[in-house]
Formats: sequence, structure tokens, C-alpha cells
Amino acid sequence: MRMPKLTAFLTATAVFASALAATADEVHVLNWKGYGADEPWAIAAFEKATGNKVVNDFFNSEQEMLTKLRTNPGLYDVVMINAAFNDQALAEKLIQPIDVSKIPNYADISPDKAGSPMLNHDGKVFGVPWVWGLTALAINEKAFETPPTSIGEMWNEAHKGRVTIRDDAVEAVQFGAIATGQNINDIKDMEAVKAKLTSLMPQIRTFWSSENDWNQMVASNQIDIGTYWSGSADRAKTHFKLPVSLVIPGEGAVAWLDAFSIPVGAKNVAGAEAFINYMIDPKFYVEWVTKVGAPVSANAKAVAALPEDAFNRKVMGDPEVAKRIQFQAPITDAQREAYLALWQELKVNVK
Amino acid sequence: MAGQVATGSRRGLRSALPLLLPAYLWLTVAIFLPLSAMVFFSFMTELPLSGKAWSFTLDNYASFFSQPLYLTLLAASLRLGLEVTLWCVVIGYPAAYVLAKVLRGRSREAIFLLVILPFWSNGLVRIFSWAMVLREGGILDTALNAVLPFKINIDLMYSYPAVIIGLVHSYVPYMVLTCYLTLQAIDDSLIEAGRSLGASRLQMLKRVIIPLSMPGLVAGAALIFVPVVGSFMEPRILGGRTGTFYGTIIEDQFVAVFNWPLGAALSFILLAVVLVILALASPVLRRAA
Repeated sequence: MRMPKLTAFLTATAVFASALAATADEVHVLNWKGYGADEPWAIAAFEKATGNKVVNDFFNSEQEMLTKLRTNPGLYDVVMINAAFNDQALAEKLIQPIDVSKIPNYADISPDKAGSPMLNHDGKVFGVPWVWGLTALAINEKAFETPPTSIGEMWNEAHKGRVTIRDDAVEAVQFGAIATGQNINDIKDMEAVKAKLTSLMPQIRTFWSSENDWNQMVASNQIDIGTYWSGSADRAKTHFKLPVSLVIPGEGAVAWLDAFSIPVGAKNVAGAEAFINYMIDPKFYVEWVTKVGAPVSANAKAVAALPEDAFNRKVMGDPEVAKRIQFQAPITDAQREAYLALWQELKVNVK
Repeated sequence: MAGQVATGSRRGLRSALPLLLPAYLWLTVAIFLPLSAMVFFSFMTELPLSGKAWSFTLDNYASFFSQPLYLTLLAASLRLGLEVTLWCVVIGYPAAYVLAKVLRGRSREAIFLLVILPFWSNGLVRIFSWAMVLREGGILDTALNAVLPFKINIDLMYSYPAVIIGLVHSYVPYMVLTCYLTLQAIDDSLIEAGRSLGASRLQMLKRVIIPLSMPGLVAGAALIFVPVVGSFMEPRILGGRTGTFYGTIIEDQFVAVFNWPLGAALSFILLAVVLVILALASPVLRRAA
């Protein structure tokens, strides 16, 4: 299903690179599809304000994003990189230092995000924090009278055959680490994770891979509970009016931080800086949350601009929640392959 | 004499060249080159794109044999291929017979159109429409419960049967078309002769119709079996947690971890296995055909 896209992009990028010798006032943005930067109203507002034209391109996995940067030097001006991948992009000399003095909104980014060691190297900034969120649980409100508080609900016999988990080895293993009370970035007891996930398999109805999968299954009342992203749960509720609510279990949740970087060889650095500034602006953020639903902005002023009872302000801003969550750190290729091997083995044994 | 034949065929080749050129040029550019690149990748430790040092290795092929996972999945995929092919014969052959020998004129055109119709829709659309039909509270479930006096619960979604249903639906037209062509070529007078000599319907089928239409059956089976063994989209969408097959783990290697060398090696092992199966089957099939 994703393969045709992949081959299409391989051929298309070759054509792109030669035909689209980017003109100076174009900003080429590389991001997930449907993730803020391609909202038509936002692009229109940005283009009107700055005179830059936005050209969006998308990736389906972090590996694909890195490959696009490697194979198209100079094509992109802005790229959205999960902070856990920033190190790898820097090590391969794919991204350049950012002059944050050109980005006025940078000063309002909360210090713990702006100062993240994943984004700062040798006193230089290689990523501007944009939004952060959680991979936690979400429930089908029809199936629960009171929302559960424990991750163990996924293993509850009552939900047998009505549980879903994302078909992603890293997420699954880190979820297993939380369920077994371990640090997601330093998993000591892999056997415990494996045993825990093995016992989860009979509960599972299917694996999800996109927001659309999850929302469809809730809309047709096929699942009770599953792992989900906080921003997506918000979108499902706000935008699609589905009976979905996010649960941050007492055992904790996986947190991720998404940041904007400027690739080496970008042709329109000024346009890139303006675009990043716009993306972390409170005005854009509030509109994004209200119209579409979004993760939590890294910009403290942007979060403060939300209504007081907004989920992204009230729950995600709760200091009690902050204590429970664990931010994803970079993982090596060897770890990723080991996680995939474990995950594939689990999926095969269930047959 | 031999020389004459040789020059004759060479002259034939020269005049045929302009006709062959577009097809072979296309095959070279679109199939041979990418495939050779993949063969090359399958022997590498890293993709050259990643900018890391790489070298040649056999590890990618070795990992197939060192991990039981891949063999289990390959067996599951081969079984899937056989089952889907069998169902396609069961459903497609009678339909082809009716089209070739029973229907005439307008009604034949209409039925033919219905058989071809799935080809005109996108594969993903077909699979997602099955998802709507098969799930609990879906179209099949609702329709049956509306008609039947007792309550039944039909929830085929995310199961092995759902994968079979989706694949059979996608591939049955191949079987109908190949069988239709061979069945139509059977001279009606042979059938009449058999009848007049007192053969029963079953004898006719066994002694005349099936043997004469065997080439179509074989071609259809090969056309269906090969792609089904490597299928990944249908199992992933319809199979749920049981939808892991050899094709889906190849897809994972390409998309999820970007380990193209391993993905390529796994693909070529699949290609080799399929070729071996076809080669082993070919004497039997040729005799049958």
C-alpha cells in the first residue's frame, strides 16, 4: 500500500530535483501529511504576510524523511524532524545551525524544550521545538462508564478482541517498557517486555497504522481501547466528533518532541526562518487547535493563549502528568532492527 | 539447406526488430534495470544512499535461513497462494464455461462486463469496500439480520477468511478470462460427437472439456499464484493481527526500517522459491496441458 508511493517518490524526486531549481521566494517544506504545515488556511495566511510561496512535500516514516534529505540536497528549506532523529540528521551533515535571533517567537519557547540536548550541539541550535505530544491510550467512550487509569486495562479480559496497537516496532517495544515499569530509553529487561507484549496479542483486534484506521474503527464501534497519539485523539474529538478521549495512564506514557530544522544547502534560509517563526506563533497555534486539533505547542505563550479548560493546557500542562511521561531519546539502527525482529516474531507467533 | 534456413530467420529477425524494439526497450528500462539494482542491493551491507561505508555480504541471504520466522511466513504465504488459486478455479471455471458455451449475444457481453468490472477499479478501493462489507455491523451483517428471522453475528473482518475473500475477488477475473479463451476454442462438434457416442455430462467434462481447457487453467493458476504469494496490501488491511505474511515483512524492511538490502534479499528468495515451484510443476502441467 505504501510501496507505490515509495517508488513514485524515487522517480519523482529525480524529476523534481532537476525541474524545480527552486526560485528564491519559494519555501519547500518537508513534513508529515496533514500535520499543520499543509493546512490551506495557514499557508494562505503565511503567503499573504511574507510573500513566500509554500511548497509542501511529505514523508511516511522518519527513515523516508532522512532519505529524502540525503537524495535531494538543496531542495528543501524547512524539514520537520522528531527530536530523537536530530542527532542522526546532524551526524550525516543533513541540517545546519539555525540563527534563532531571526526567529522572534523562539524566545517564548519553554526553556526545557528549547534547551533540549537533542536539539543543541556545541552551543548551536539545530532544531526549533514546535509541538510535543504523547503516545498514550485512547478509549472509545461508549465502552467505558469511567475512564480507566491504568495501562493494565489493555490486558483486561473484558476487552478481548477490542484492543488496538500501532503496527510500529519502536512504539510497541517502548509501550511494553512502560507496562513493565522500565525506562523507555534504557530497557534492561527485554524478556519482560516480550512476555508482556506476547500476553497482549490475543487481546488485539488489529494493528493500526494511520489516524484514519483508528478513527474508522471507533466510528464503527469495533474497538474499546488502544494506543494513540495525543494530537490525533484531540483531532478525532474536535474535528471528527468521535467519542474518543485520551487517557494518560498512571504508569506513564511515551512523549515525543517535534522540531523544525533547516537542511544544509537550503536556498531560501530567510523564508525558512519566517516559516518556522509562523509555525510557532500563538495565533497559528490557537487556530490550528480550534479548527483541526493539534498536539501541545512548545511555545509557552501559544499554550497560554488557549482557553483555560482546553485539554492541551489543562491536562497536558498538569505538572503531575509531566512527572509521569518519558521523552523518547535517539535510538540506534541496531536497536531499531532488534525491535523490529522482536515485533515481527510476536506478530508471527500469533498466527 | 540449414544455411538457407538460418539466413531466412535472420532476415526475419531484422525486419522484426523495429517491431520488437519498443517492447524490449521498455522491458530493459522498466524491469531489467531496477531488478538488477535490487540484486546488487541485496548483496550490500548498507544502502549507498545513507552515506555510510558499505561492502558486499551474503548476510542478508543467510538471515533468511538463520531465523525460523521467515520460513514460517513463507510457508504461510505459499499456503495462501494455493488456497486463493483453488477458490479462483472453483468460482472462475464454471463462470468461464457458462460464458463460453451457454450464453450468447447480449447476455454474454453483459456478464463479461461484470467479470471485467473489478479490473477497472483501484485495488485499494476494492479492499476498503470489503472492509465495509465484512465487519460486524457492516453491510453483510446488517443485510442478513434484516432478512433472517433469527439473530446471527457475522464478523469476518480482520481474519484469515477475510484475506482469502479479498484476494479471490481481486484475482478471479484472471481465471475467468484465461479459461474462457481456451473453452471458447473447443469445437462444439467435439462436444456433440461425445454426446452422440453416449457420454454422460460428467464423462464429457472429465474426458473432453477439462483436458482441452487445461492450458487456460494452468495459465490462470500461474497468473494468480505468483502475485498472491507476494501480496502485502490485502493481508495488512483485511487480516488484522493474523495478517502478517511474507509480503508484509518485505514491505516492513523497505518502509519501516529502510533495510533495503534485507528486503531485496527476501524478495529474491521468494522469486527463487516461486520459480522452483513452477519448474517442478511444469512437467506435470505440460503433460496435463
